Amino acid sequence: MNAHRKMDKPDTRNRLDDMSQGLVGTAMDRPDGPLKVSGQATYAHEWEVPDMVHGVLVRATISKGRVTDVASDEILADDAIHAVITDDRLLRRPAQGGANEAPPQGSKQVDYFGQPIALVVADTFEQARHAANNLKIGYETEGNAAFDPEAAATETDKPEDDQLDQGDLDQAMRNAAFTVDQVYRTPGHNSAAMEPHCAIASWEGDKLTLRGSYQMLNFNINELADALHISADNIRMLSPFVGGGFGSKLGLSPEAVAAAIAAKEIGLPVCVTLSRQQVFETTMRRSETHQHVRLSCGEDGVLTGLGHECLVSNLPGEEFYEPVTQATHFLYGGKNRKLGIEVARLNRTCGGSVRAPGEAVGMQVLENAMDELAEAAGIDPVELRKRNIPEQHPEKDIPYSSRRFTEALDEGAKRFGWDKRNAKPGNLREGDWLIGHGMAGAARINILSEAKAKVTLLANGSAVVETDMTDIGTGTYAILTQIACDMLGLPADKVETKLGDTDFPAGPGSGGSWGASSSGSAVFLACEEIRRKLADKLGSDERDLELADGKAGTGEPAQSLAVILDGEEISAIGHIEPGKTLEDWQQATYGSYFAEVAVNAITGETRVKRMLGVFGAGRILNEKTATSQCYGGMIWGIGSALTEELAFDNRDGHIVNHDLAEYHIPVNLDVPQIEVVLLKERDEFASPIQAKGIGELGICGAAAAVTNAIYNATGIRVRDYPATLDKLLEGLPDQQQ
Amino acid sequence: MKPFEYAKATAHADATAQAANNATFIAGGTNLLDLMKLEVMAPGKLVDINRLDLSEISQTDDGGLRIGALVTNSDCAADKRIRDDYPVLSRAILAGASGQLRNKATTGGNLCQRTRCYYFYDTAMPCNKREPGSGCQAMEGFNRIHAILGASDACIATYPGDMAVAMTALHAQVEIEDKSGDIRHVPVREFHLLPGDHPEKDNILEPGDLITAVILPPPVEGKQIYQKVRDRASYAFALCSVAAIVKMDGDTIASVALAFGGLAHKPWCDEAVEELLVGQQPSAELFGKAADLLLAEAQGYGSNDFKVPLTRRVLISVLKKATQTGAAS
Repeated sequence: MNAHRKMDKPDTRNRLDDMSQGLVGTAMDRPDGPLKVSGQATYAHEWEVPDMVHGVLVRATISKGRVTDVASDEILADDAIHAVITDDRLLRRPAQGGANEAPPQGSKQVDYFGQPIALVVADTFEQARHAANNLKIGYETEGNAAFDPEAAATETDKPEDDQLDQGDLDQAMRNAAFTVDQVYRTPGHNSAAMEPHCAIASWEGDKLTLRGSYQMLNFNINELADALHISADNIRMLSPFVGGGFGSKLGLSPEAVAAAIAAKEIGLPVCVTLSRQQVFETTMRRSETHQHVRLSCGEDGVLTGLGHECLVSNLPGEEFYEPVTQATHFLYGGKNRKLGIEVARLNRTCGGSVRAPGEAVGMQVLENAMDELAEAAGIDPVELRKRNIPEQHPEKDIPYSSRRFTEALDEGAKRFGWDKRNAKPGNLREGDWLIGHGMAGAARINILSEAKAKVTLLANGSAVVETDMTDIGTGTYAILTQIACDMLGLPADKVETKLGDTDFPAGPGSGGSWGASSSGSAVFLACEEIRRKLADKLGSDERDLELADGKAGTGEPAQSLAVILDGEEISAIGHIEPGKTLEDWQQATYGSYFAEVAVNAITGETRVKRMLGVFGAGRILNEKTATSQCYGGMIWGIGSALTEELAFDNRDGHIVNHDLAEYHIPVNLDVPQIEVVLLKERDEFASPIQAKGIGELGICGAAAAVTNAIYNATGIRVRDYPATLDKLLEGLPDQQQ
Repeated sequence: MKPFEYAKATAHADATAQAANNATFIAGGTNLLDLMKLEVMAPGKLVDINRLDLSEISQTDDGGLRIGALVTNSDCAADKRIRDDYPVLSRAILAGASGQLRNKATTGGNLCQRTRCYYFYDTAMPCNKREPGSGCQAMEGFNRIHAILGASDACIATYPGDMAVAMTALHAQVEIEDKSGDIRHVPVREFHLLPGDHPEKDNILEPGDLITAVILPPPVEGKQIYQKVRDRASYAFALCSVAAIVKMDGDTIASVALAFGGLAHKPWCDEAVEELLVGQQPSAELFGKAADLLLAEAQGYGSNDFKVPLTRRVLISVLKKATQTGAAS
């Protein structure tokens, strides 16, 4: 039985609020938590598949050209080596999120340094790694590679549908009382999820089972089928536990196809795991950005013009580009607008989605520029933002769905003690440390994706939720369990949620913050259908049905579900699709960040002393997992602000700091106690459960709060991220006093 | 990882004999194993010295301390005698790595840890240290963590450690037993080498040489400071670090020992700078002159240019603190 809903109109019923158990929204522990902390959650590399052998990918050590020779014979002389795979179906780069088809294939053409060009398979991982390290490759290099996005010779193009020229920004800038006209740069990032990418392929006849670490199985299965030239019906993918994704596991990546080809060829299951260095070199990077921001306002601080023109990069032919201006389009007003993206075509590791593509870097810079405008206009930064929250979408004639931006700004300012901030930069010193305070707004588009989930109420009165949706550490197991529990009146231990198996109905995958609201809505719809069946059995109207503690009744829950079911089970598949509410209303999530930093007046080292985030993201499904998502986003914001940077060698485009020793993510000591406040909100336009995405909101501007605080502490504007100490040294106070 | 032989040494002579025959010692392995996985180092044989009796910290006849080569970084930093009398050493050790690594890393091994040059770690890149004569990619590449002092045309790598910087300031000696069983003592100041034409050689150890201990001289009076500047609050190598031991006599500087990390192929010390300071009254002008002298020959290579002004600022700040009269720290 199917319960289908296309989100063409708002759902104002707020049904989850009427359920008597009230588990949704609480900080329920993850049902998968005990497994994870006791090492019993099976991650991709941990499956014990009989007779399994190991493959290691070989990297290209040129930046552009062709592989002319692979000296396989030399290493195949060793009995431990099973095969050297140089198949035309090998992936040259990962698929983009949602591609649903194979990315560019073939092991001969090299597009970037570090590209996989072969797979060496051996009895053990160590043998395969050694052989892969020593496999001699002949190349024919092409000399016209491009590595520097800003070099004059680098080819660029402009995606047509992401250019806006509205009114006359130049004139607005000329006539303004106050303006900001600055260029900012953000560096590339890698997701660097704790679990490296891994796939184990095993074949039984024509049937392939692939155990891997992926975010969007519903799409990954088609990408794999397309790459292997087989039918998706012959593939089963399993990703019950994923140790972090952040976008890097959205699309199928090279290890999966390599493992599948090798396993077929040698007739044994093959496990291919990326090393940390390979994760950096061959999975998606967030593009570096060059952002030219222009803001103009009157004496009242109200924007008259807004320009946000960006240069990003990707490999030639890739359609994806970092959508830097995504939130700029709707967050603030300003009649005269010029927004655009230009893509430099480089021979660097493929650019793709990394947590909050667009807003993570776009908001970071826009919120720096707003801070600069606030200072120029002599208006408090919180107040300036509030004055520029538009009534209607500034570019399209559509209203906003639920938007708690003002509340987030006010609540944050109040809790942080913003009124006590010293507005004059460089004025507060404690010993060697200069103290500063900064804030920024947060915004991220909201997305609802098509999703299906099957819920079965078993004859014994317990329930099972099944979908190929993944839990990448975000809490999917918890929130789907909570929704099913409340809708069916069951305690948490009577609902089992099963995820990450393509034999289950197709979920939306984890990405773009859409996972919880989309798969949650599918579970909700399935449960509604089951409630209708139960009501039929009781001869009552579903709306009058009360379910709690495993019992059901009209008015009050009286009879146990097992008795009502009388040996039967009830199944339903919930199916949600996005509809008109996504086009006719601007849907987004909002928030605010406040940070206190200390900058060492001698060395320029910055330490964040405290940080607050206040967020509105529709209905919160689990307070604990939602808060954790915000912590994670804000911590990445600290890293973005202070340390994190993919360093490229512009002579060959290779990533210089391709490990966690030199790619500096924040460590515990870099992260102060972070406070997260989730505002109460229901967005009836967003989904039948009034929830929006929260997985990415925590990073969308967080870094700007830190760098704005650095300015407040020191009077130094760092416009070239990250704000490492070398960029502050020159502006620090003179020592000779 | 290249296949290798593995043997456990049961006695010093056994260890040095095997090492003389082209084997590499392994103690904590915190750096060596990483390098072997990447095949940056591919020894044909490992000699495990963890069973040798080198895990004690003991008093020397002249009132100093003898730190056995297998004393872990954690144990060394936590030792009460070291915390009380050589706090600069405890602080330097605790400023490095992570708790887990310090539990494994040993005193002898730490002295021998290799550079963190990105190009050294990537076997696809030419590197004179890894493969003599192949070239240096760091010189014109990304060299944020590289040397500004004592580099050569062949190599601009830095020695990355903290412990040896403090030991340099403390005038510690490395005790080495060679394959004949002879024991010699080498000042830590002379243990590491500048790259010159042979960057493949990090230090003065010859095949068969076994570090058996580090000897600290008797405790010295004065204020001891270790300041490490780095990109994040923990678990990052020094961009610049300063170990300082300064004794005041009234308002003049009676003695001073300085050592610097993150600047050169070895823990850097400059006796001329120390001499300049001794007998003088602390002043901003004096400290500025000391920094000028220290950095007179300093050279940046692009991304590490900032280390020159940074080192200047840190040295001046450390000297100010070290010469402030008041409670010793």
